[in-house]
Amino acid sequence: MDLKTLYRDIILDHYKRPRNTGALEHPSVEARCKNPACGDRVLLQLSVADGRVAQVGLQGTGCAVSQASASMMTEAVKGARLEDARAKLHEFRRMLVDGVDEAQLDKQVLGDLLTLQGVAKLHARVKCALCGWSALEAALDQREDEVDLELDKSLPEAKAGGM
Amino acid sequence: MSVETTALDTADCACLSPAEVRDDFPALSRRVGDYPLAYLDNTAATLKPRAVIESIARFYADCPANVHRGIHLLSEEATDAYESARGKVARFINAPRADEVVFTRNTTEGLNLLAYSYAMPRLKPGDEILSTVMEHHANIIPWQIVAEHTGCTLRFARIQPNGQLDLDDWHSKLNERTKIATCAHVSNVLGVVNPVRELAQAAHRVGAVFIVDGAQSAPHMPVDVRELGCDFFSCSAYKLLGPFGIGALWGRYELLESMPPYQTGGSMIHTVMLEGTSFALPPQRFEAGTPAIGDSVGFGAAIDYITGIGMDRLHAREVQLSAYLHHRLGEVPGLRVIGDWYPGKPGIASFVMDCAHPHDVAQFLNEEGVAVRAGHHCAAPLHTFLDIEATTRASLYLYNTEAEVDQLITALGTVREIFS
Repeated sequence: MDLKTLYRDIILDHYKRPRNTGALEHPSVEARCKNPACGDRVLLQLSVADGRVAQVGLQGTGCAVSQASASMMTEAVKGARLEDARAKLHEFRRMLVDGVDEAQLDKQVLGDLLTLQGVAKLHARVKCALCGWSALEAALDQREDEVDLELDKSLPEAKAGGM
Repeated sequence: MSVETTALDTADCACLSPAEVRDDFPALSRRVGDYPLAYLDNTAATLKPRAVIESIARFYADCPANVHRGIHLLSEEATDAYESARGKVARFINAPRADEVVFTRNTTEGLNLLAYSYAMPRLKPGDEILSTVMEHHANIIPWQIVAEHTGCTLRFARIQPNGQLDLDDWHSKLNERTKIATCAHVSNVLGVVNPVRELAQAAHRVGAVFIVDGAQSAPHMPVDVRELGCDFFSCSAYKLLGPFGIGALWGRYELLESMPPYQTGGSMIHTVMLEGTSFALPPQRFEAGTPAIGDSVGFGAAIDYITGIGMDRLHAREVQLSAYLHHRLGEVPGLRVIGDWYPGKPGIASFVMDCAHPHDVAQFLNEEGVAVRAGHHCAAPLHTFLDIEATTRASLYLYNTEAEVDQLITALGTVREIFS
């Protein structure tokens, strides 16, 4: 999928109309992630009930890739069992960070998220796409400190901070 | 913002025409997918002419021996090549003496050298360092370290809304406690040219030394350190068509002579005994270990190339193309250049767009062959001061053309179309 199509068909929809935005009234857990090189920020709230993600509240600013990916994440996990949310997170990281081939990805788990596979080749944008997902991971792990993607050694070195 | 577009026809101008030079740059024949490369990221790094590439290859083929007058022929040749390059740098900036030029890795290392060797031993609590909010991190962080270690105070002069240094603020912050004043000669984000001569005079009146970050000026305009009246000037080769990995720090000899070394080891010594060591005179005192000899040759070749063109012609051409760039950017709805255009503004335009984040902009520009940079450009405090997250920056050099500016504008049209 070329860049224009990726943006036109998927990213821009979520960028202009992000899903599940706003603060939750009674969040069970809250997590934050930032990508300093790009200025992307995500504040994610989840309310968890009966082992499921009952409600999701997303607040964020940043580039189209980061906000769209975070928005798609909220759609993917809303209503999901916690272990299924983790499975999606794991598979998304395999697709985006490990650059695993489409043939070896679990399409059932990923669903629509597969459309973001093109971002894996845009090395400078991987952290952007991960911002919302790293917030999800922190929320599921109930970690309170803001995740800073610049300090995450598991991620590719390339960054768009610039000279 | 209205931009005077004086004659855009380069035939009328006593300045350089890019057609004279473009064939010298192999990278200019690269394509990005279906598009010709429009390389507009010159503030970050410049492309290299064949003369520079070949000079380095020739050095490595002919005389890749170590310097310092080892008695054999190849060592003599390598030493001559290295010292000849030093002389070229000295002449390029009109330094009074070649031994006032220290080879460094880059502008950043030169500024760090000054922080450690000039400032650390001298500054005390109560002393002040005056920098500005527009500085590159290399001209902020070393002074933060100095302040932390010595207890001195670091202050920053502000900028005006048009991007120019707020001279009233600068003068109000300069006082008899100021021991070091420093600024960029040309801002890598705003493209403004600071009045170094005036600032250096003011600094001297209060007994401070004046340090110039010349990374963005040395490549783009004639630089004369005597005329500027500064005490130190740091610059990089890779921003003026030279190789990566080498730069130069110029400093007044009496100041360099008073400074302890930055790094120690081989080459920078006078006498070494187990009980203690005495150090060489400048510049060797500040060049520990085996230097980047091949890169010094490339640095010299780059200086030969641009002085062969003539810095006045190069500068005049850049100012002309910069006017065109700003004029065309001014026509793009929802786009704002940070740092107003003014007659003579260097070819640096950092901008924000209403419809898209700089990284998305840069992504789509790349799709159409246009290379720009997005982010804070190692000037995060400046962006914070302006309350802007990030900017997209287009920056010009001698080989760029009006057609490449047009290519940028067309690609920005694509961004607007996709994001609206």
